[in-house]
Amino acid sequence: MNIGRINAMISRHLYLYRRSFPRLLEIFYWPLLDLVVWGFITMYLAQEGKGLHGAVTFFLGALIFWDILFRAQQGITISFLEEIWSRNLMNLFASPLTAGEFLVATMAMSVFKVAAVSVIMAFSALFFYSYNVFIMGLTLIPFAFNLIAAGWIIGILTMSVIMRFGQQAEVLAWGLVFLFQPISCVFYPVSVLPSWLQPVALANPAAHVFEGMRDVLLNQNIPWEHLGLATGLNAFYLLIIIGIYQYTFSVCKERGMLVRVGE
Amino acid sequence: MSSPIVEVRNLSKRFGDFTAVDQISFEIQPGETVGLLGPNGAGKTTTFQMLLGVVTPTEGSIQMFGLDLMTHRETILRQVNFSSTYISMPFALTVEENLKVTGKLYGLSDINRRIDDVVKKLEMEDIRKKLTRKLSSGQMSRLTLAKAVMTEPKILFLDEPTASLDPDIAHKIKGFLKEYRDTSGLSMLYTSHNMREMEEMSDRIIFLQRGKIVAQGTASEVVAQYDEDDLEQVFLKIARDE
Repeated sequence: MNIGRINAMISRHLYLYRRSFPRLLEIFYWPLLDLVVWGFITMYLAQEGKGLHGAVTFFLGALIFWDILFRAQQGITISFLEEIWSRNLMNLFASPLTAGEFLVATMAMSVFKVAAVSVIMAFSALFFYSYNVFIMGLTLIPFAFNLIAAGWIIGILTMSVIMRFGQQAEVLAWGLVFLFQPISCVFYPVSVLPSWLQPVALANPAAHVFEGMRDVLLNQNIPWEHLGLATGLNAFYLLIIIGIYQYTFSVCKERGMLVRVGE
Repeated sequence: MSSPIVEVRNLSKRFGDFTAVDQISFEIQPGETVGLLGPNGAGKTTTFQMLLGVVTPTEGSIQMFGLDLMTHRETILRQVNFSSTYISMPFALTVEENLKVTGKLYGLSDINRRIDDVVKKLEMEDIRKKLTRKLSSGQMSRLTLAKAVMTEPKILFLDEPTASLDPDIAHKIKGFLKEYRDTSGLSMLYTSHNMREMEEMSDRIIFLQRGKIVAQGTASEVVAQYDEDDLEQVFLKIARDE
């Protein structure tokens, strides 16, 4: 693993973001718009449903947390798509850059994106709705890391599918993550799901993060069990998905698809 | 004779039932320019892609600098580069930014000096700060060539480097490549559909047809072997299976 080459890939993306208005929009505009809409919904529910008063505070926190996962996934997938769009994969993989270094660079980019989006959303929520995401205290940190890891897993899966099936699968970059949203139980507890779907949700690390978040807000407990399960599941899936990515990469080289993925 | 820079032995590539490259073997010596010729679909691009490590061979071996490409990929690719008319670079970066990224990817220590040098040699001063998406096809060809030579490779793979260029720019690029080869001792594997250019640039020609090597030698040897007047006639004869 060569840090210089990873740094080269990060520089390549930072140069891009520095001057690309649409890409900056992706970081600022959509998260803010989400926050505004959900903020008003939360305010409405707080005014109309007195019994829901405690519960509605979950919404903004859940929204900010979901955006961490979503941006972590996007950070990986969009970084890969940028190389396809600019027909740059041949330049990269005919250089000493390895598939592993490429992956680490996209993970680093996803952390940059998550950091930027989280800061914007946290401060906007505080400013516009007096919602303090930091009320969860230090448990916020392992929760956020677990969501980043869950986003990476979906991002690497999406990238592998696009690499294998070509640009026709590009739409998955925006769509696949939402397949996981119902079983991530972002805005409702796992117990709301039909009984057959609950084990599926509990096998999803993100569901444990959102369950844990509600536990902190409702009971001020540190949800060690959910944290442990989220971390264990993330580590397990991350190992599997990195294996799938490496395998897909070698299959694509074998079939000559790596250099044709953007054609 | 010194050891070859590139040693290809019984190299084959099959995609399902289709054989793109069929048991080819050749060597490239230090400082030598080898022209790879053949009609469309002859296996030139697949051979290039295998030599650059982006396509895995089905059979055979590729050795460069005495090392096997499969097991010493990073060491080898640090000393190799390529330029192709069919490859682009990130559009939203300037010429200079793209070259900086290339410098970092290849672990170069004095990137700014190398950029100054290559920009001057390829007459790119006026486009140095220009966005890549705004480059003409000739300027883009110069950029991909600049990214290839700034890493000071020992061997350069050139896939139709002058295709789509006007004669003036094409002449300048060929002049640059010849001067660079003569001063640096660079080896080159060169493809082009311009037979005069192949004769001008190559020390030796390898003709591919349906993935197999059907002729090799100096341009005059190949022309004599087929009893034709020039390389273009040989090309037509091979392409038409006459």
